[in-house]
Amino acid sequence: MKRALIALAFLLLPAQSFADQFSSAVGRYRILGSSRIHFSVAQAGGAAIEGEFRRFKGTFLLDRNVGNSKVEISLEPGSVKAIDPRVEEFIKSEPVFDVANYPVVSFRSTDVKRTGDASAAIDGQLSAKGVTRPTRFSIAFKGQSGRTLKFRVTGKLSRALFKMDVGTPIYSNMVVLDMDLVGQKL
Amino acid sequence: MLRNTERSWGLVSVLFHWIMAALFLGQFALGWYMQGIKDMLEQYNLYQWHKSFGFTILGLAVLRALWALASRRPKLPETMPAGEKKLALGTHFFLYLAFFVVPLTGWAIVSTSPLPIATWYFRLFVIPSLPLGISLHSEQVWSSIHGFLAYAAIFLAAVHILAALRHHFHHRDATLIRMLRPGYEDREAASKTN
Repeated sequence: MKRALIALAFLLLPAQSFADQFSSAVGRYRILGSSRIHFSVAQAGGAAIEGEFRRFKGTFLLDRNVGNSKVEISLEPGSVKAIDPRVEEFIKSEPVFDVANYPVVSFRSTDVKRTGDASAAIDGQLSAKGVTRPTRFSIAFKGQSGRTLKFRVTGKLSRALFKMDVGTPIYSNMVVLDMDLVGQKL
Repeated sequence: MLRNTERSWGLVSVLFHWIMAALFLGQFALGWYMQGIKDMLEQYNLYQWHKSFGFTILGLAVLRALWALASRRPKLPETMPAGEKKLALGTHFFLYLAFFVVPLTGWAIVSTSPLPIATWYFRLFVIPSLPLGISLHSEQVWSSIHGFLAYAAIFLAAVHILAALRHHFHHRDATLIRMLRPGYEDREAASKTN
């Protein structure tokens, strides 16, 4: 993450200010409510099932050493918003998230690796519906303004691994997560 | 035996009649029952069955209509008053029509619903939606039409069944029996002449 930021800062900023710029970016961040967590499940012969989770919280630590950066995020699947209330009810129900018994989905990073000038891969443990699995997300730096940083985070998960593979194979087993995370420095 | 004659229904028409009668009554019962199911997954599965059987009826309706157009229809009993004959033919016509419009309006519900649920025909293949605008309002309008037509069709079916029973028990003619036994009246006529 650090190198990514350095590289980006190098491109965007006059050379003399770049060290200041990066050292000011290092630190702890709180994920803001203006972030967006979107999911999509493809359907054969029809529109994908997609929507957003509206309630979530999390923090991340941007370390000088990229590998020491950390992310922790949790969301409430009960806050799902989709095209139709019946879709939302089904996503909350027992065959999918079973929010009555498992109200929270959480992710905690275990390793962060730089993959490009402004991108990284995050490995971590994702817990949902009583199952915890190693999961990887791709993260791309999308800009800084004042004390906030923006990232685009994407990942693909197998629904079957989390006992949510209802409706396969008409509905794809893979759920595509697509998040725009906005962090505010603490 | 396969084809209709002036007096008898052939096997093909008899099979069309009873298979579609069973499907139609089953669909009415399933359509009524599935709406009250609370478990959404079970409800989803029941709707998929309902849609699969509905498309089966639509497909059979096309074949049956072609068969009917290519076949002669056995004459109605000569003792039947002209008004009753008209009523019978009208009922048959509207029942045939129902085999098309009830499934088609069901297809319109699937096609206009914001629910991203395609029809998975007996878990074999997906039937695409009709190119109609998607909105909850359209879905509700088509649902009302579909439900109304289903009740109208079941009313016609009741008239049809009562009329058949009246022929059998009151008039004691062969109207019902010849729909149960392919070639019935031809054999009866043959045994009389022998």
